[in-house]
Amino acid sequence: MDFSLNDVQSMLADSIEKFIANDYDFKARQKYSESKTGYSQDVWQTFSELGWTAVPFREEDGGFDGGPVEMTVVMERFGRGLIVEPYLANIVLAGGVLRRAANETQKSEWLSPIIAGELQATLAFVEPQARYDISNIATTAAQDGDRWSINGRKGYVLNGGNADLLIVPARTAGGQSDYEGITLFGIGSELAGVSFRDYQTIDGQRAAEIDFSDVTLSSDKVIGEVNKGYQSLQAAISDATLAVSAEAIGIMSVLTEKTIEYSKSRVQFGVPISSFQALQHRMVEMYTACEQSRSLMMWAAMAIADGNDESESALHALKYQIGTAGTRVGEEAVQIHGGMGVTWELDVAHYFKRLTAINLMFGNADWHLDRLAATTAS
Amino acid sequence: MNATFTADELAFRTEVRHFFENEFPGDILEKQTNAVPLTRDDVVRWHKKMFEKGWAAPNWPQELGGTGWSPVQKYLFADEQARVSAPPFLSFGVSMVGPIIYTFGSEEQKQRFLPDILQFNTWWCQGYSEPGAGSDLASLKTRADRNGDHYVVNGTKSWTTLGQYADWIFCLVRTSSDVARRQEGISFLLIDMNQPGVSVKPIVLLDGEHEVNEVHFDNVKVPLENLVGEEGKGWTYGKVLLQHERTGIAGVADSKYRLSRLKARTALSIRGATPLSADRIFMRKIAAAEVELKALEYTELRTLASVASGKAPGPESSILKIAGTELRQAIDSLRLEASAYYALPYVRDQYVADFPEDKRIGEGTETNASLTYFNDRKVSIFGGSNEIQKNIIAKHVLGL
Repeated sequence: MDFSLNDVQSMLADSIEKFIANDYDFKARQKYSESKTGYSQDVWQTFSELGWTAVPFREEDGGFDGGPVEMTVVMERFGRGLIVEPYLANIVLAGGVLRRAANETQKSEWLSPIIAGELQATLAFVEPQARYDISNIATTAAQDGDRWSINGRKGYVLNGGNADLLIVPARTAGGQSDYEGITLFGIGSELAGVSFRDYQTIDGQRAAEIDFSDVTLSSDKVIGEVNKGYQSLQAAISDATLAVSAEAIGIMSVLTEKTIEYSKSRVQFGVPISSFQALQHRMVEMYTACEQSRSLMMWAAMAIADGNDESESALHALKYQIGTAGTRVGEEAVQIHGGMGVTWELDVAHYFKRLTAINLMFGNADWHLDRLAATTAS
Repeated sequence: MNATFTADELAFRTEVRHFFENEFPGDILEKQTNAVPLTRDDVVRWHKKMFEKGWAAPNWPQELGGTGWSPVQKYLFADEQARVSAPPFLSFGVSMVGPIIYTFGSEEQKQRFLPDILQFNTWWCQGYSEPGAGSDLASLKTRADRNGDHYVVNGTKSWTTLGQYADWIFCLVRTSSDVARRQEGISFLLIDMNQPGVSVKPIVLLDGEHEVNEVHFDNVKVPLENLVGEEGKGWTYGKVLLQHERTGIAGVADSKYRLSRLKARTALSIRGATPLSADRIFMRKIAAAEVELKALEYTELRTLASVASGKAPGPESSILKIAGTELRQAIDSLRLEASAYYALPYVRDQYVADFPEDKRIGEGTETNASLTYFNDRKVSIFGGSNEIQKNIIAKHVLGL
């Protein structure tokens, strides 16, 4: 039994921590977030040069051969730095599908430039009616010889406005929520019939609503087998669930540390507010929430790495915990910072907003608890 | 990063499981399963059985009769113990006063007391709290005044668990009031309870059980050689004792099996009715408790792995007592809800060994759910209330 990081993982952690400490302060983050693309291409290139964009990919695909533990190492630190660069969209989501389902030609056309930081990509996994049900897909793809025609709407496409490559799950058979009959397509964003409404999200990131109107593709743009796309879609969403949970733990820890620090320096009634027991106990609860969440993250990462039969429930448990404990930590951080906590100027509010967003994606706390209860009962 | 056990550790677990399943007194295990309270004789018998096996003192150094187990082995042992609902060790002798004596006591005290503790020839109880000194333990008033070759002890100790069975009591007493800090001037005394001036009065708890007592000392003579360590340093020793059992205090193993038994019960159809497991709202609460449990389990394992690799337990260990007791109480509440009307009968006597089964009320042990729920209110109060624990974490871990 060993919960420490090995040498390679420690090096990865160190390099990210150094980068954030030296080159990614809150001011820079805000500047990148408010820029036209919502991130910095220079920073993204640096991520690629330092090897971070290669983490989850196999060595033969130009990757680092990292698993779930390595992914949590990266994402926890990205959380601490409140990174806005589109790692989730490119590496975890689009990369998650491509590394599982793409053929060699597609890998060299798409995956290699993604790892090199030269191609922007994303996975369009949300539809307006679907909430958290990723198999609920109304977007259709109709086949005509070796051509496909795509019609439908995708919502909250992370990094959608920047993406050159959109990975789009479409319904090719079966009922609207069937697992069977989902096919994955790699769609160039420049194609006729693709239209975007790009927007900023509450957490300072970028997403888009995307309409597909008679978008025509050749068959070599099908990723994986026709009608069998659900499995790799689902696997990429699981990767992303673990990734944002780890990111949330980084954020929760920063918020707890910042709150403790602030409470020691903020003087009211002639004493630092950290001397008030009502606040002390609440900060202890924040600390407890962080550590319990971290324990669940370790369990989930190890269970997924082992591929054991706990991995699914571990992920539900983790995301439920992140939704409940994360929200509590975020709200408490704002409350204990008082008036400063509700200003745009202070980073605390932005960490809080990212936590809020994380709870709302890939299944919120209730959604995961309900699935856990269903497995528990059976 | 891995949470797997080595082949040796797994072999150890098999050995422990085999022992509990095959060699542990069957009548005691059956009582535990049916929630029948143990008698004094049962407790003594099981400790002696553990002593014969060489497992009476997992925490002691091997040369004193300890097992020499690694932290992981201790964890596995506690887990197996809970799996069959075997009773945990009575902590006062082997876990509490024993380590104090072998760490701070004289050679003579070690020889005099340790073998009897190990073999459970003496039953020990703890004299810390007083009617006026609970969370604020340093305000204790029981006095020990030197008089020639002995101390004269006067005062009252409270909440003395199972003091009605005890032969000896270890006490924190005030030996000097002329001190700069209240924590000074407190000494650690070992007191024979079978002597004039010592009286034990029952305190009945809300579940109707006589579990704790008040112990009165009226001019009780205690020889000077029963002082452990230095006079006036008792507070320090007592604090070490409180830190001694960091892992294990969360009761994770116990909660794990209690929750899994509750879950198994929810799946049962009683007289053909739809099982409770069909109630998604209730099952969501079970699921939430399972998440808490898993978090706690891994927090404990993190602590364990840290200790096993020769480091001090990390700061995360400080949350174990609070999180563990909160979870235990949450499981109690779920059992209460699961029992519904059948949590209401107050029929303690039906869970004794010779009670005729056909006269029992309820379909299992569900009428005990309320008694456990009531009794376990204590767990967030004793051993330093959870509010005190939060004060400690705020000060020592968060630096507030």
